[in-house]
Amino acid sequence: MARFVVRRILSMVLVLFAISVLSFSIFNVIPGGDPAVRMAGRNANTAQIDAIRKDFGFDKPLYVQYGKTMQKIFTGDLISYSSRLNVVDEIKKDIPRTFALAIGAAIIWMAFAIALGLFSAMRAGQFSDRVLTVLALVGISMPVFWFGALMNYYLGFKAGLFPNGGYVPIAESPWQWFYHLIMPWTALSILFIGVYSRILRGNVLDTINDDYVRTARAKGLPERQVLVKHVLRNSLIPIVTLWGLDFGAVLGGGAILTETVFDLQGVGQYAFEAIGELDQPPVMAITIFAAFFIVLLNTIVDIVYAALDPRIRLS
Amino acid sequence: MSAERLLEVDGLEVSFQTEEGLVHAVDGVSFDLGPGEILAVVGESGCGKSVTAMTLLGLTRSPNSRFGGTAIYRGTELVGASDDELRKIRGAEIAMIFQDPMTSLNPVHRIGDQIVEQIRAHGPVTEAVAMERAIELLERVGIPRARERIRSYPHEFSGGMRQRVMIAMALSCDPSVLIADEPTTALDVTIQAQILGRIRDLRDETGAAVILVTHDLGVVAEIADRVAVMYAGRIVEHGTLDEIFYDPQHPYTWGLLGSITRVDRPRPTRLPAIGGLPPSLADRPEGCHFRPRCPHAFAKCTETPDLEFRGGKTPDHIDRCWLDPEAKRKLRVVDGQTGLMPPDRATA
Repeated sequence: MARFVVRRILSMVLVLFAISVLSFSIFNVIPGGDPAVRMAGRNANTAQIDAIRKDFGFDKPLYVQYGKTMQKIFTGDLISYSSRLNVVDEIKKDIPRTFALAIGAAIIWMAFAIALGLFSAMRAGQFSDRVLTVLALVGISMPVFWFGALMNYYLGFKAGLFPNGGYVPIAESPWQWFYHLIMPWTALSILFIGVYSRILRGNVLDTINDDYVRTARAKGLPERQVLVKHVLRNSLIPIVTLWGLDFGAVLGGGAILTETVFDLQGVGQYAFEAIGELDQPPVMAITIFAAFFIVLLNTIVDIVYAALDPRIRLS
Repeated sequence: MSAERLLEVDGLEVSFQTEEGLVHAVDGVSFDLGPGEILAVVGESGCGKSVTAMTLLGLTRSPNSRFGGTAIYRGTELVGASDDELRKIRGAEIAMIFQDPMTSLNPVHRIGDQIVEQIRAHGPVTEAVAMERAIELLERVGIPRARERIRSYPHEFSGGMRQRVMIAMALSCDPSVLIADEPTTALDVTIQAQILGRIRDLRDETGAAVILVTHDLGVVAEIADRVAVMYAGRIVEHGTLDEIFYDPQHPYTWGLLGSITRVDRPRPTRLPAIGGLPPSLADRPEGCHFRPRCPHAFAKCTETPDLEFRGGKTPDHIDRCWLDPEAKRKLRVVDGQTGLMPPDRATA
């Protein structure tokens, strides 16, 4: 197991390196033209562009450019030339907001998906299963920007039940923090609950006919124990992979729409605004930031996976 | 056979509602079982023998299944029992070993835990005590270094070892009845012999009765006391091992015996087999179900024969064939010469 973990972490470092090279190429090499102009943003003058060219080494070979760019990102020297703000400081400021949204939503969607998926599988073909199927499809089909906007309008603006967007740090008021996050959590979770509960339902129905489940029943275990220890445990394995990927993406600022609709001012909203401004330094930094979380969560998932399924440790 | 009866099955019926209609998997099966007895239930694939076995533990219950008849285990009726009553009997009083040891153990749990959970489901036992008991059981079924192996996962074991684990698990609560559903089918021949030997030894040590479901007459000859031959959901012949092997009454039994290949006889040019296929259980022929495949069928065979004494040597040797005993004796000889029946068994 220890060797497995070390191997996974080493490969994670390699993947991250590859991603940094790739995103550097996408932003600075592939588009052609002068990378310094793009980096400078819309309202730059020639002197600024010249300074940027020198700073990033855009007049030097590619590996120097790559080295200097990464150095700027990882030492926190990267500046947005449009807003004059330090990019890394901005991201750091946004992280608690994005994390609060991501962690809360990931817990909610996983809990509901397990409960609904299991319930649906137990009632497969019956009325309640069909109702849940329709609800899941509705959840999957609703775009978050639309559903979020509806919630904001009806529950926030019209009914006044919830604050109309915004974020309150947990240190300031834990209740207000929670209160402000209820709608974003719900909006973000709905889609995932739909997808995950459908997948889990299918997995459970496959697993429940497996021979070892019959063995578990023949042993005289209580039905609850059969379901949780034998059926659910095996059905969860594929879900965990998916969850890791989605959770990683949301942690890395992937919930761009949710953050923006509810004005959470997280990493995703920062990316959204930077893209709108054609402000390249933040976009570049957030890409690497997001990639880092996806790769990290993927690694964690692989390790959890091995703990869940002992057969994987061999390969 | 008037001794204490552990299990009395009477007129057991199981049918499943499917897209092709109602499938009568088990149709009026009756037998009984005394302590320490080994009853073999034999027949081709799909004749209802596994369904019979699993129904005793309620493992065939589903929204699409219908049941009839009774199965009384020590005063408890199993067919109509509540899920909770059955749960207490499962694994504790009646334990089951399944066909495929490769898939019958949960791949994600250690084998020790899988035995321990069964022990703890049936009594207030601490984890540590149950674990000791599991180690003892594994040693008893012949797993070396059981104390270490208890922490292994099923994929670290071979098929034969896994089947031993299944047996250890089945024995963990000292059941009075052990149902073995094709316990050796998935194993190679040398391991088969070991597993059968273990089952027989354990019967001798614990006095548990065994229901052995199999299609392998070699296995039957090895350990059974009594044999029930099933065809298309019905028992067509029932008698002691010797009666079934040396004085078979039903043409289907002759066919089964005739299809054993033997190393002590000249090699046949074709493997002997019963012609045709078993009927669909959703659409069975009227009367004797074996009629369409039976070379000796006659007019009366369109009526359903009861399972009763018809000409064996003891009144307990019962079958479902309309042929009169004299005709059977003669036809058996003919079948022996045509290869349907081994010649040395053809003389009554």
